[in-house]
Amino acid sequence: MNSDLLLIGRNTAVMIGGGLLLAMAAAALFAPWLFAGDPTALDPVARLRAPAAAQWFGTDMYGRDLYGRTVYGSRISLLVGLTVAAVSVAVGLSIGLVAGYVRWVDAVVMRVMDGIMAIPGILLAIAMIALAGSSLVTVVVAIAIPEVPRVVRLVRGVVLGIREEPYVEAAISVGTRLPHILIRHVLPNTVAPLIVQATYVCASAMILEAILSFLGAGVPPEIPSWGNIMAEGRTYFQIAPWIIFFPGLALALTVLGVNLLGDGLRDSLDPRITKRM
Amino acid sequence: MIGFAARRLLATVPVMAVVAVFVFLLLHLGPGDPATVIAGDYAKPEDIARIRAQLGLDRPLYVQFGSWLWRLAQGDLGVSIFSNLPVAQLIGQRLEPTLALSALTLTFAVLVAVPLGTVAAWTAGSWIDRGVMAFAVVGFSVPVFVLGYALIYGLALKLALFPVQGYVGLAEGLWPFLHRLILPSLTLSVVYIALIARITRASVLDVLGEDYIRTAHAKGLTERAVLVRHALRNAAVPIVTVIGIGFALLIGGVVVTESVFNIPGLGRLTVDAVLRRDYPVIQGIILVFSAAYVLVNLVIDILYTVFDPRIRY
Amino acid sequence: MSAPANPEGDVPVLRIRELTVALPPGADRAHAVEDIDLDVHAGEILCVVGESGSGKSVTAQAVMGLLPRGQLRPVGGEILLQGEDLLAAPRARLRGLRGSRMAMIFQEPMTALNPVMSIGRQIAEALTAHIRLTPRARRARVLSLMESVRLAAPEHLYKAYPHQISGGQRQRVMIAMALALEPVLLIADEPTTALDVTTQARILALIREIQAARDTGVLFITHDFGVVAEIADRVAVMQSGRIVETGDAHQILSQPEHPYTRMLIGAVPSLAPAPRDTDDGAPVVLSTEGLSKTYSGHGLLRRQREVVAAKGVSIQVRRGQTLGIVGESGSGKSTVARCVMRLTDPTGGDISLGGSDFGRLGARALWAARKRVQIVFQDPYRSLNPRRTIGRSMTEGPINYGMARAEARARALELLALVGIERGAIDRYPHQFSGGQRQRICIARALALEPELLVADEPVSALDVSVQAQVLRLLDDVRRRYHLGMLFITHDLRVAAQVCDTVAVMLAGEIVEHGPVAEVFERPSHDYTRRLLAAAPGRAWNFGASGVRE
Repeated sequence: MNSDLLLIGRNTAVMIGGGLLLAMAAAALFAPWLFAGDPTALDPVARLRAPAAAQWFGTDMYGRDLYGRTVYGSRISLLVGLTVAAVSVAVGLSIGLVAGYVRWVDAVVMRVMDGIMAIPGILLAIAMIALAGSSLVTVVVAIAIPEVPRVVRLVRGVVLGIREEPYVEAAISVGTRLPHILIRHVLPNTVAPLIVQATYVCASAMILEAILSFLGAGVPPEIPSWGNIMAEGRTYFQIAPWIIFFPGLALALTVLGVNLLGDGLRDSLDPRITKRM
Repeated sequence: MIGFAARRLLATVPVMAVVAVFVFLLLHLGPGDPATVIAGDYAKPEDIARIRAQLGLDRPLYVQFGSWLWRLAQGDLGVSIFSNLPVAQLIGQRLEPTLALSALTLTFAVLVAVPLGTVAAWTAGSWIDRGVMAFAVVGFSVPVFVLGYALIYGLALKLALFPVQGYVGLAEGLWPFLHRLILPSLTLSVVYIALIARITRASVLDVLGEDYIRTAHAKGLTERAVLVRHALRNAAVPIVTVIGIGFALLIGGVVVTESVFNIPGLGRLTVDAVLRRDYPVIQGIILVFSAAYVLVNLVIDILYTVFDPRIRY
Repeated sequence: MSAPANPEGDVPVLRIRELTVALPPGADRAHAVEDIDLDVHAGEILCVVGESGSGKSVTAQAVMGLLPRGQLRPVGGEILLQGEDLLAAPRARLRGLRGSRMAMIFQEPMTALNPVMSIGRQIAEALTAHIRLTPRARRARVLSLMESVRLAAPEHLYKAYPHQISGGQRQRVMIAMALALEPVLLIADEPTTALDVTTQARILALIREIQAARDTGVLFITHDFGVVAEIADRVAVMQSGRIVETGDAHQILSQPEHPYTRMLIGAVPSLAPAPRDTDDGAPVVLSTEGLSKTYSGHGLLRRQREVVAAKGVSIQVRRGQTLGIVGESGSGKSTVARCVMRLTDPTGGDISLGGSDFGRLGARALWAARKRVQIVFQDPYRSLNPRRTIGRSMTEGPINYGMARAEARARALELLALVGIERGAIDRYPHQFSGGQRQRICIARALALEPELLVADEPVSALDVSVQAQVLRLLDDVRRRYHLGMLFITHDLRVAAQVCDTVAVMLAGEIVEHGPVAEVFERPSHDYTRRLLAAAPGRAWNFGASGVRE
């Protein structure tokens, strides 16, 4: 276990990704200190100003400070990313464990999962939000649902592999019952792949949230999420490209950080699958 | 072979059934009265009543589902609430740009990604490999619309190499058609290239560690023969698989890219329908896209048997 | 087998001098092989024998220039193929020699062939990699090669894929590929280890025959002294990267000089059954009646495929006695073990365990009865949860059945001492133990529940021969000490001869012969048993005359 931590510490991808992510997390946490003003304050005089010393990232069409909005936007992105990752991993893990062990459940569950996977995630999310109304909760649920089948498949794969291991059969032979078999012998094997999967879910959730907001079907427009800021900048793109550029860069860097972290963790947590993907 | 294809086709029925149930239930699982939701915030009572009647929302749920399914089986996707045109017709009108964009993107991505991934695997650990992998992780991290605007800004606005936005049908001539499609395809293909290149690298690398590669070396084959004849052929199945799985990614990307580049395809239709809460259209589009996804993966399953004689039917 | 006299001064096809191959930093020793000297002459078979980790395969790979790049590196000495130094040869030259002047066959015929290329094309490649041929000439050459390795119906097999043919046939394909251009040197790295004993005998005969006909020099890597006795002209024994003894095969087998060689040869179990004091009055602990297991492939739209793994198996195990089930792979012997453990449910017949209807017990009663029968598996590396200390693995059973933690731990400590592991090791993780030690720990875990019956499913097959003898002795010890009934599954007739009171020979899911071990081995009644015994490698040698219990 200690050697795992050592390996993780030595991995450059983890260091860079973790660093990027820490920076974004710090921005989200300390937003009020990083930007003293109000990110939603209108200033009609200062509309569409280019980046300058006064406003580092410029202003939007209502004269709102883009630096402030971008800093505050990190809160939404990280919140959505982490929540979706946690929700889909929790739900997927429970379903996957049962599916991997109970045959008839498996048959039913996997058909349903195949069906959900066949529906393009973005469309499912758009439709749900369009109908249920836009709110942070709806967005999280709508993004998490398409991610669940992937987690289920991963967990089920691990379970099906592990249940054939002689040490699991030995545990059955010494009278260990199913709940304990799952907790003691199966579950620990899902931790490493799930952590890695969670990072990828987190990255794709952040992108999806931005896309939804960008298309006008995301979090309510008054919330300064990166997607919303960029959506507002679409019309002014030719004269004020910075409205899209800065939140876009922030989003890309955050997602990059999460992806690097995931790649690095995968390499150091499981040397056997280092080569995969 | 034909028997296998038929059985595989039958196996898509339960999947599509789940999709249908899901799509149908979407409207009913949300909070509140569906007719009110669709009608929007400022609807008059008679509008709501009209919508309710039009969608048959006043009947019991299973009756609604049954008749919806029955009409679906006949190819009737319903009528748009906004334009009163049949959904099938609306989708048909928007098919060409979307197909063109997807096909061009897919071709471009595969042609670039497979050689890229193979070279990366072959030179694993070198700076070429690191470069490809770095490109892959970055390509995976930049949201497609951010990339789209960046490319528009650089290549269309500043360098004026391509038109900024818009679409011209194939009927207007090949060059104008392609000229406007290059930038969107380039945008959309980046994430796909990243995905396929990674998988290609991983599977080729896996295969290179196999015993039969050692056998091939022991025969005295050249490195190139080992790579092409033995490694790439065996790595084909996972690569083809990810092209299928990534198709979902492509569909999502199409919706966004069409919005960014103002292409009047299915993606734009989707966004417009969502903004107008034109529920029958949303349902129809989801069904069509899901069917396309299932179909693509069906074709890929059948392709497996070509690449790998061990997969039996 | 007598060695052809090598005339003095004749240049060997392969001469290895002072070869040293470095291991990567951080390995358990500095060199994989150190200061190796070997000669292989035309027309002779040199067997390199050693246990796992002795460096025998590294030697073979170094000759072929197939050492894993970046991990193993020759740092000294020379390898001369007909006088040409391979270590100094440029890569292109080495590639030119591989497959033409020197060729190699590998252990796993299953994975050594490309699964997506037809057999004919794979053999043809061995030709076309080095010479130009018209398609017609190529095909003719391939077909005649296939005939020379006794592949039946070569025209038909030409288009077949590796998964469509048997393991023995695959190894014949490998040999055909290796011999395509009549190399002067053939390297065979454990070529029969993955094969069944009857197939092994045929492949060994084939290698012998072809090698003699073409005057090929053969470097034959093996861990099995039975195989050595069958095929070697000369022998080199390796231990931890060094050659400890070289000499004529007959001389080494009959008068080994080095203590390590003596230990290795002494550890080979004898094929002659050991005398047993079988008590026919002991109570029956396990009996099965018509036990059957049929696996049926199910699926909504797929055609039903049924595999009969076991059919009408009736056996009896008495307390304090060992019943061996012997058979080749796929014979159904492990299926019987799994049914007896209720790890899989039989599809027919009865299992009675100490009087209870064990085969039909429901979940609750089954749980209560499980402690009465325990199992030791083949693979010691996968039998212990790598994330739990061995102490936790050993106490899991007793705690499941209500024993207090402290008491269970005390019992585990006792058992560790019994199986020869120091008590301080109880809080270590499995990876800190060797394969043999892990197998001892698994035995201790099984004993912790004080079972009446111990099922041992190929318990020594994954172990080196010296360790194998120790584990067999331990199993025999605990059987006597606890008056255990033992069901011993093995493919190895030598092992069966040493540990069993009675044996059942299985073929294609059925028991074809059943009886006291001495009777079955000395007067086999079924034709298959006779074939099995005849195929046992080295049966002409009286190995391990002292038996397991020296």
